[in-house]
Amino acid sequence: MVTHDSEGAHAHAAPTGFIRKYIFSLDHKVIGIQYWLLALFSVFVGMFLSVMMRIHLVWPNAHIPFVENNQLTPEQYLALLTMHGSIMVFMVLTTAPQSGFGNYILPIQIGAADMAFPVLNMLSFWTTFLSLVVMISAFFVTGGAPISGWTAYPPLSALDAIAGPGQGAGQTLWVIGVAIFCGASLMGALNFITTIIDLRAKGMSLMRMPLTCWAWFVTAILGLLAFGVLLAACLLLLLDRTAGTSFFIPGGLVVSDKIIDHKGGSPLLWQHLFWFFGHPEVYIAILPGMGVASHILSTFSRKPVFGYRAMVHAICAIGFLGFCVWGHHMFVSGMSPYSAFAFSLLTMSIGVPSAIKTFNWLGTIWNGKIQFTCSMLFALGFVSLFVSGGVTGLFLAQPSIDLFFHDTYFVVGHFHLIMGVAAIFGIFAATYFWFPKMFGRHLNEGAGKLHFWLTFVGVYAIFLPTHWLGMVGHPRRYADLSGATFLYPLIPVQKFISIAAFITIGSQFIFLFNFLWSVKKGMKATDNPWHATTLEWSIPSPPPHDNFGGHIPVVYHGPYEFSVPGYADDYVPQHLAPEHVAKNKS
Amino acid sequence: MNSMSDSAILDEIEIIDSGKGSGVPPRDGGDDDSGNSGRRSPFSSRRYFTGISLGLVAIVMFFMALTSAYIVRKGLGGDWRPVRLPSLLWVNTVVLLASSLTIEVARRRAAARLESFRRWWALTTVLGVAFLVGQVIAWRQLVLAGFYLKSNPANSFFYMLTASHGVHLAGGIIALLYVGFRVWERARITRDAAAELASIYWHFMDGLWVFLLILLNLGR
Repeated sequence: MVTHDSEGAHAHAAPTGFIRKYIFSLDHKVIGIQYWLLALFSVFVGMFLSVMMRIHLVWPNAHIPFVENNQLTPEQYLALLTMHGSIMVFMVLTTAPQSGFGNYILPIQIGAADMAFPVLNMLSFWTTFLSLVVMISAFFVTGGAPISGWTAYPPLSALDAIAGPGQGAGQTLWVIGVAIFCGASLMGALNFITTIIDLRAKGMSLMRMPLTCWAWFVTAILGLLAFGVLLAACLLLLLDRTAGTSFFIPGGLVVSDKIIDHKGGSPLLWQHLFWFFGHPEVYIAILPGMGVASHILSTFSRKPVFGYRAMVHAICAIGFLGFCVWGHHMFVSGMSPYSAFAFSLLTMSIGVPSAIKTFNWLGTIWNGKIQFTCSMLFALGFVSLFVSGGVTGLFLAQPSIDLFFHDTYFVVGHFHLIMGVAAIFGIFAATYFWFPKMFGRHLNEGAGKLHFWLTFVGVYAIFLPTHWLGMVGHPRRYADLSGATFLYPLIPVQKFISIAAFITIGSQFIFLFNFLWSVKKGMKATDNPWHATTLEWSIPSPPPHDNFGGHIPVVYHGPYEFSVPGYADDYVPQHLAPEHVAKNKS
Repeated sequence: MNSMSDSAILDEIEIIDSGKGSGVPPRDGGDDDSGNSGRRSPFSSRRYFTGISLGLVAIVMFFMALTSAYIVRKGLGGDWRPVRLPSLLWVNTVVLLASSLTIEVARRRAAARLESFRRWWALTTVLGVAFLVGQVIAWRQLVLAGFYLKSNPANSFFYMLTASHGVHLAGGIIALLYVGFRVWERARITRDAAAELASIYWHFMDGLWVFLLILLNLGR
């Protein structure tokens, strides 16, 4: 006879002492919050950088604190841009949705007492923390932060300080920081996949897993396969920078009047390696948000997810196809038009599973008894922003159109809507949803609704105009418009965007204060304030150290049994044995 | 019918649990984990086998990226001058292959013949260290013959690929030492499970080295 209680007996006893409980904790819940806080810190750093960028772009002579002469040089603008992208993509979008909420919620949702490898989990957080420290330290070395963008294209990124300010120690620290981040992500991905494969509770088959778990599963697989490639690319770049090799540096370069003694390398090689990682990376950023959206839309419509099986297949299809499309970042690199054609078709085909998911979200809420809680608002906002950001991807997927749009503000609008906003809305939806579980108190709903509306309107105000800017030919990564007279008529639009950005960023402080206040003083939460079905709502808020108190539940139902005909309640918790489910009196 | 009967649930568990190939014979795990150090759950080592397989997948992707970079770079400019592989590399290869044999012998003795296990395990570790020492000597031979890291892309790839493999092998040696020295009687998994996990990694490093050798030879 097979027993699963042996898995339920917790691997380690409850820790004592502040360091063991809150610093070097092995508890997946603490580690999840640590990741979330790292992302919270990083997002405010990233927003601060973008504020400086937006000020400089429309008021180039404005007084900027912390810099020499209180004026930004164009290179410093590029440094801000590089670190804004790097910190936001790596430290916010790759950490909070997956390592933050995934760590906290996944083990509970599948009925496990912790992740498969708690020590590795702790190591993966502190390694991520180390990579953040290394990356941020690039600001404080001679020359400052690198200027080659989060994409770090050689030869600029492969040469040393001769190539520009920030390209000395700053770029080296960036590469090392990213490489460390790769190691941390691989550790985390390994943990997630093992946990899902091996630690599910009795009765929790794969097709009874909540869609959040499916999203974390496929995301972890993407991470496991992609980050090794980025690590290899970073190693080669580091050798080019420090050991005189020429993996990426071509011959014949003259930089700052000096002949560069490298030859034979290919900048395109970096692009292929980077984007082979880079495209799965953006699906790593969005898939958890999709899982959360499905989960929350179902819960607050009191209806099952429409087409659960199709949703699972769509998540897997998006994950798989995500590995096949990296060339669409390189349409203007001189690639063969036949390759471009293949990448174009594959890129557009991702629209199919994405559309399936979108229609199924609509089908989920159709005729539902909708409760407009804050998390529901953010989940609905996610759907809106995913569609808005996603459709412009179809334009960019055509090489002929991308010839015009590449490196314009159209691309900036596309990826900000889909990553910088839709994925962020996924994080907010998850935060408002699981905050009561994590902290035993509710976030203030009124403040939350204000935060939602200001942010929702604000992000559209910021990013919709960028598409138009791109259409009229405004290039991206320009520090200011003074050198391009044909762009002067666009300055009012840029001013509008900047002001919208300041207001939207300011609104995030509503969330921050709400969070800080509610952790201590929010309305106390019950075990299951949302009347949800999944396992995390069957335990106290906040949960005990070993989640289930030593008694792992048995799962009898699928994850979205809402409004089941013939039952008294409009929801059936997954762990409730059939004989205990109250039926309608009839 | 919204629920499964208990026996159907248990059948599903059997399906989930069986066929995972943990290689560990089922122990007397019918009872719960009451903290009795003599009993161990028959399932808790499975996660480590899943974990090591996933780790190897990640390592494969890392080396596949380097391999594809190698192939691309080789086909680019005309500046590829093949490296004359020192014959010491073949000796090192034999040493590493031998260590795969010795680790197999050791692993089969981990459960029952402890003293014999320790001897063969130590021999494996020594052979692994000897491989690394041999690699370092081979590098020095190449440097003395004028093949520097940066003078030629073929050189760069040679040093970079062999060093990457060497770093991963060093990690394997640390694992061997850990398995050799840790007191497994108080651990959550058995010594033979730990030995099997380490040997999976070790054999993979062996196979990876053979692959790299073929790749480097094809680069001539």
